[in-house]
Formats: sequence, C-alpha cells, structure tokens
Amino acid sequence: MNAPRQKERLVALIVLAVALFSPPLLLLVDNPSRTGLSWLPLYVFIAWAAVIALAAWLMEQHQEE
Amino acid sequence: MRGEMLVLGFAFGYLALLFVIAAWGDRRAEQGRSLIGSPTVYALSIAVYCTAWTFYGSVGRAASAGPSFLLIYLGPTLAMLMSPFVIRKMVRIASAQRITSIADFISARYGKSSSLGALVALIALVGITPYIALQLKAITLSHAVLVNYPEAAELRLAEESFWHDKSFWVALVLAVFIILFGTRHLDASERHEGMVAAIAFESLVKLVAFLSVGLFTVFVLFNGPGDLFGRVAAAPELSGALSLDAVPGGAVGWVGTLVLAFLAFLTLPRQFQVLVVENVDERHLTRASWLFPLYLLAINLFVIPIAMAGLLLGDAGSDPDSFVLTLPLSAGLEGLPLLVFIGGLSAATGMVIVETIALSTMVSNQLVMPLLLRSAHLHLGSRGELAGWLLGIRRVAIVLILLMGYLYHALIGDSYSLVTIGLVSFAAAAQFAPAMLIGMYWRGANRNGAALGLIAGFLVWAWTLLLPGFAQSGWLGAGFLENGPWGIGWLRPYALFGLEGWDIYTHSLLWSLTANVGLLVGVSLFSRQGPLEQTQAALFTEAMHPRLMQSSLWQGQTTRGELSALLDRYLGGAATRRVFSGITVEGDEQPAPPELIARAEQALAGALGSASARVLINSVVRGEALDLDAILSILDTTSETLEVNRRLEQKSRELARTSEELRAANERLRELDRLKDEFIAMVSHELRTPLTSIRAFAEILRDGKDLPEEKRLHFLDVVVRESQRLSRLIEEILDLARLESGRLTLDPRPLDLVELAQHSVDAVHRLQETRGVSLEVDMAVGSAPVIGDPDRLEQVIINLLDNAGKFADDDSPRVLLRLERHKDHFRLSVEDNGPGIADHERERVFEKFHQIKRQDSGETRGRPRGSGLGLPISRGIVAHLGGRLWVENAPHLGGACLVMELPDAPDGEAATPPAPASPAPV
Repeated sequence: MNAPRQKERLVALIVLAVALFSPPLLLLVDNPSRTGLSWLPLYVFIAWAAVIALAAWLMEQHQEE
Repeated sequence: MRGEMLVLGFAFGYLALLFVIAAWGDRRAEQGRSLIGSPTVYALSIAVYCTAWTFYGSVGRAASAGPSFLLIYLGPTLAMLMSPFVIRKMVRIASAQRITSIADFISARYGKSSSLGALVALIALVGITPYIALQLKAITLSHAVLVNYPEAAELRLAEESFWHDKSFWVALVLAVFIILFGTRHLDASERHEGMVAAIAFESLVKLVAFLSVGLFTVFVLFNGPGDLFGRVAAAPELSGALSLDAVPGGAVGWVGTLVLAFLAFLTLPRQFQVLVVENVDERHLTRASWLFPLYLLAINLFVIPIAMAGLLLGDAGSDPDSFVLTLPLSAGLEGLPLLVFIGGLSAATGMVIVETIALSTMVSNQLVMPLLLRSAHLHLGSRGELAGWLLGIRRVAIVLILLMGYLYHALIGDSYSLVTIGLVSFAAAAQFAPAMLIGMYWRGANRNGAALGLIAGFLVWAWTLLLPGFAQSGWLGAGFLENGPWGIGWLRPYALFGLEGWDIYTHSLLWSLTANVGLLVGVSLFSRQGPLEQTQAALFTEAMHPRLMQSSLWQGQTTRGELSALLDRYLGGAATRRVFSGITVEGDEQPAPPELIARAEQALAGALGSASARVLINSVVRGEALDLDAILSILDTTSETLEVNRRLEQKSRELARTSEELRAANERLRELDRLKDEFIAMVSHELRTPLTSIRAFAEILRDGKDLPEEKRLHFLDVVVRESQRLSRLIEEILDLARLESGRLTLDPRPLDLVELAQHSVDAVHRLQETRGVSLEVDMAVGSAPVIGDPDRLEQVIINLLDNAGKFADDDSPRVLLRLERHKDHFRLSVEDNGPGIADHERERVFEKFHQIKRQDSGETRGRPRGSGLGLPISRGIVAHLGGRLWVENAPHLGGACLVMELPDAPDGEAATPPAPASPAPV
C-alpha cells in the first residue's frame, strides 16, 4: 500500500533537487557577502547535503517495508 | 630531493597490494563467500567515477572556474536519485539479456544489431582513449612534482624517454592486473569479484588521502575555515572567484555542464560496467542511491579550501592541478605528499582498470567477434577453441588500449589541461544517452534512427570538441578556430551556426544532442522496425513487467544434440554442462525445449555479445523467436488476467463478508425462535398448573353434593386463590410482553424513594409477619428524590421484599431493606439471611422463568412459589427508569442481596424525566 507513496515522494525529491541545483534559485544566492565572497558554494553544499539526507531517509524507510 | 626509489617502492607496493586484494576477492567468490555482496561495496565501486581528474583536476578547475567543478558531481547525484526508475531498469534488462557492455546494451535494444554495436564500440574507443591518457598523464605528472619539487615538473617530463616515464611501467603493471583479474571468465556478463573488491578499496584510499590533505590545509596551514576565507576575502584578486561569474558560460554553462555530467554518469563505459554489469543485486541500488552522493560530497568538501589556499600561498608559476601535492610539499612534509601521491595513483588506476575492461569487452565482442564469425576462413575444429580465441582477443585488446592511451599521453597530452580532456570524453559518452535512454522508454525508437543519431552526434562532437583540441595542439592552423575552415564563419567549431558566447562544452552538447535526438526520433517515426527489433524493443521497454521474466520467448526448433554441439564448440564443455544442468538427457535427437534454447542463447550472449549469439543460434535453430505480437499478447493477457484476478478477489471477499453477515443473522433468528418456543412452553406449563387445580376442585364441588360445608369452603378458597395466581401470572406475562416490545408505558414523575420504600414495607409487613419473617428497615438518608413511576417502582420493591422473604433462612428468617446514597445515585438493597446465590447463578436469576432450586424443595410455611417472571420484569422496569438492578453478597445478613440503583434527581431537574437509553434489556 505504501509503495506508490514512496515513488511519489521520490519524484518530489528529484524535482526539489533539480530546482535547488538550477539557475533561478542559484542566482538568488549568488550575491557577494559582506566579505566579498559569493555564498554560492556554501549554498550548493548545504542544499546537496539536505538532498542526500532526505534521500537516505526515504530510501532506508523504503527498504524496511 | 625525495628518494626516487622510495616513491617507486610505495607506488609499486601499492599496486602489489591491489593484486593481493583482487586475488583474495576472487578466492572468496570461488568459496561462495562473496566480498562484494554488500550495498556499501557497490557504492564504493561506483566511486570509480572519481578519477585522477577529480583528485587533481577539481582543485585546478576550482582555481580557474570557480564552483563549476561541483556540477560534475551534482549530475551523478541527480542520476542516483533517479536510480530506482532508470538504473534499476537497466540492471533488470542487463541481467535478463546477459548484457556485457553499453555497446552490447544498445546493440541488443535495436534488434541485436552487430553494426550498431560496432559503432558504439568505435565511438567509445575514440572518445575514451584520451581519458585513459589523462590518467596516465596524472600519474607521470604527480610523480614528477613529488620528485622534483620545488623545481617545475614539466621541465623533466619533456626530457625523459619512455622507459624513464613511470606511467609507462604503471600502464604495463595495470595491463597484467587487468588480464589476470578482468579476463578470468569467458562470460563477460559475469562479475569480476576480485576486480570490484580492489576498486572499492581504491575508492577508500583516495577518499582518505584527499580528506587528509584537506584537513591539513584548513587546520594546519590555516587556523580553520574562518581564517582561510577571511584571508581569501582580503585578497582583491580572489574576490570573484567563487561566484557564478567565474563559471564558464554563466548560468547557461552551469545547466549545460549539469546535464552533461548527468548523462555521462549513465553512459560512460566504466560507469555502465560498475553500475549495471557488476551489479550483484538490484536492491543494492537503494543504499547506493544516497551513499554514493554522500561519497561525492565528502571528496569535494575540501576542494575549494585547497584551491583558495593554493592561490593564496603558491607561487604564480605552480600549476593549480598540482596544488594537492605542492601545498603539503611547501610545508616541508614527507609523509603526507606520499599519501596524496598514492591517493592520486589509486584514483587513476581504478579508472584505467575498469575502463579498459569495459573497452576490451566491447572490442572483442562488438568489433572483432562479428568479423570472425562472418569470415568463412574461421574454422574451429576442436571443442572450446573459440573460448581461447575470445580471451586472447580480449587480452590483446587490453594491451592495445593501454598502449593507445599511453601514446596519446606521450604525443599530445601536454597540450591539454586535465579537466579539458575529461569533459571532452564526457561529451563523447553523452552521445550514447539518446539511443540508450529513449530506447528504454519509447518502443518506437528503431535501429536506423539510433545509428544515424549516433553518427551525427559523434560527428558534431568531433567537430566542436575533438578537432579544436588538435588545433590547439598546433596540428591545424590557428585560423581554423577563429575564422572557420576555409574561412566559412558559420562552421567555426566553437560558434557553430553563429551561436556565440556559450562555453565550449554546453555549445557542443547542445548541437550534438540536437542532431542525435532529432535524427533518432525523426528517422524512427518514418521508418520500419524489423521483427526481431520489435521484439527486443518490447522486451526493453517492458522490462519491469513482473511476468515477462517467466515467459519463454523461443518457439524455434532444434535438437538437443545440435544445441549441445554448438555450445561445446564455442564455449567449451564446462559451460555446456552448466546450460544443460537440470535437464534430463533423453537422447540427442529429442527436440530441445524452448527454455533450453533461451538458456543457450543467454550463455552465448554473456560471452560473445547478443548480436553474435543471435547469429550462432540462428545457425542451428529453425524458426524464429517469438514475434512482437506474441510478446504483446503475453504482456496484455498477463496484465488483463491480473486485473480480472484482482476484481474477482475483491468480489469474493465481499461475498464472503455478506454470507458471514447472513449466517450471523440466521443464527440470531434461530436463537430467537428457540427462545420463543421455550417461552411458550414455559408459559403454558405455568398457566396449566393453577388451571389444573381449579378444574380439579371445581369438579369435586360439582360432583360431591354431600361434601361437608367446611370442605366446600376450603375448596372454593383454593379455587379463588389459584384464579388470583392465574390472573397475576397473566398480568406478569403481559408486562413482560410490553417490556420486550418496548410498549411498556411508564409514568415517570419526581418522587421520594424513602417514602415509597416505607409505603412498600407497610404493604408487605402484615404478610411477612404472618410468615414469621422479621423485616428490618435502615434508611441512611432523609429523602431520596428520584424520577420514577411510583406504582411500578412499588411493584419492584414489593417483589424484592417478597423474594427475600421466600429465600431467607427457614428457622429465623430475616430481611433487611437499606436505602443509601452512592455518589449521585440512590441504592436500595434488600438482603436476606438465606443460603445466598452462587456466582454463576447471579445473572441467570434475571432470566425468564428461572427458579432457583432450594435444597429443601419442600413448600414450607406456606410460602408461594414465584412465577420466575418477577425479577426479569423488575429489571426491565428499573432499566427503563435509567437505573440498574443486580445481585451481590449480602454485607450484613450473609445471604443474597439484590440492589436497585436509581439516579439522583434534584428538584431542579425533576421536570425532565431521563429517557431510557435503549429498549429495556430483559
């Protein structure tokens, strides 16, 4: 019963990841900070880690079924 | 300055360790205790994606092109997220069809076409050889940096002849390694356990090495990340280094590189090898889908700090690609640079090993084997001879591929930076993506479209990326790039059709994929598929269909003898026995069952590739494999059957539930019927007893004219008493009927239970006294306002007192009536000093006509028998008034105690009588 929901959640996660890693959002964070360096790399790493954490949660849950 | 021998000792010692691990892995596999049967090892083996290009080149790219290096790893992250949808299907197809490489995959999808397989193999050879060269170059370069520091490395490289070039010897050792562990089995679709174990180990080594140098840079050279980035921010020339402006092509370049990395991750021959061919269990994908991205994240964590530190500290002449080495070297360390060198070596060798195995399989199965099978000159006399040939071809191919890589590196390698070569190879591999991915989901894609798309994509790639590389190496005039060939401006490789301002990779990817996909889709829409192509297309697109695996798809005919001879000749005796195992031998002339033919073809496909296997099977089998219609009908019937089954199951479940309900209702009806019969029988019995005695006495009176007056009066008395009893009984039965049908009319009004109880006691007092029963009353409250019907309640109380008197002790009967308050209820209890009521009888006394048997069943002291209806009626009345009636142990007199409980009704609520919750249960 739960499997279709898992698939939907995974699709949603993929869409989220694509959105996070693509320009419209990137342009928002690509501003020089107070010190003159761009936030972009920090943002990418945080978004990346969040996507991996969500994927891990989703996949391991999926496995237990 | 560093001992040359020490470095060499470490390098070749490390390679020797790989041999040991691989040999151990193979040994364990033979014993059936596989080392690689875990999702973690699978994820680590996928990390062969991180080559020397990652290890050295990422820092170089971060130094020159800002965060764009991250895209190379974000693409695979997206691909792994999609693995349950995409890679899982690839694995499923590959295991069903015994796929040996990506060339085999594409060839099998498009009707097991050998020409298409050859085309893919050629493109892979041309596109990937530079990538192998890049790894060898990285080894040479890192060695030179390590040995010559602080002298510039390039000076020495140019002076060396090839036998002084360490990468030549490394390539040679790798060739031996790959021949030993990569060509153990003839069946290339089987796993190379030892090789995968070694690759997973190498992934760990490179991660540890890179993290070590990263931690050293951030926490030893600088005081943590805050210090490092503070100093970067203070350097004006680095201020824009981390923003999107530093990425070639800006936002468009960002998206282009992301797509490129995504596609290349799925289509690079070595990734296909570890992801699909070497996959042990498709469930491993679940763990790998997040563990591998985590690995990528970890290995990239320190790239920017190292690049920034190198730019801050390094002299301007130092190559950013070597920062990983030069940073610890500049600090005067000895051990760490050696570890970094080994890390880089592991990254490079891992890639070379897997890539070479993948390419050599393609070369032997897709290029050489079809030619051999076609040539009439090939006569294979003795059994199993082809197996030797095939392994020989693969071994020669391994040596040749490594040699080609080395030559490429030695001849033109110097003119490219590391990342440039890597991305050029990525773009070549990405040309396989349309044929593979579209072919997996669109049944209509056909061979002509795929071939034309591949050729066009490859040509555009060569024009926009490969030739410009040659031009930059000085092999073509510089004007070729700036003005286009022969001065034709719109053919300029970096600005095809005048598209300018894009970075060269996005530019090349756009045009090559446009041509590729356009031709694939366009030609497929306007040309036909052959029958085998249709079959294969259906098998690929429907690969996840649950029933497909079970059906046998052959309907051709051959004999066992012929089939066995074919396998014997091409694969050798052992493989033949494996295929025939489990099939009882009934003589060579028997027709081979379809499953056997399918197994034979799979065994051949695993060794020779699907195209050659098809050619061989066709040489002995008359008739064809199932055509498209048959497969579609299998799919349709199974899915229809599944649906029908599902509906049937649902229906039968509903049916079962309904019949269960019916059965229960029937059961209840029968029970009610039985109760009714019982009731009628008991009522008749109870009515007949007084009626009989009335009739008997009346007859005596009629016939006995000479009866003494005294006797007559006595008999008349009996007749009257029995008539009274009869009418009381009928009254009770009527009450009961009203109670049960819910038609009992009560007249509830506020009343004082104390008063009512006193009244009832007075009513029975005389009677009890005549029977010798001592009646005590104990009112604990002054007044007890309740809602009730006074007549009915009095009936209940009298009934209780009457019963208590009947069952009290024979010698000195005592009855006690108590009234007390319990929370917001009033409890009226009537107890006696009789024998009491046993626990199991306590509910039964409320059943109709239930009479407790007294031990001395004699009718003593003229106490009348009860009808057995008093308590059921009392309980019905009390329940109607919202109260309860039950039996408990008598607290004072030790006999039975019947308790009636009614809710308190203070004066304010007195007007609203409580509605009965339900028809009174009796």
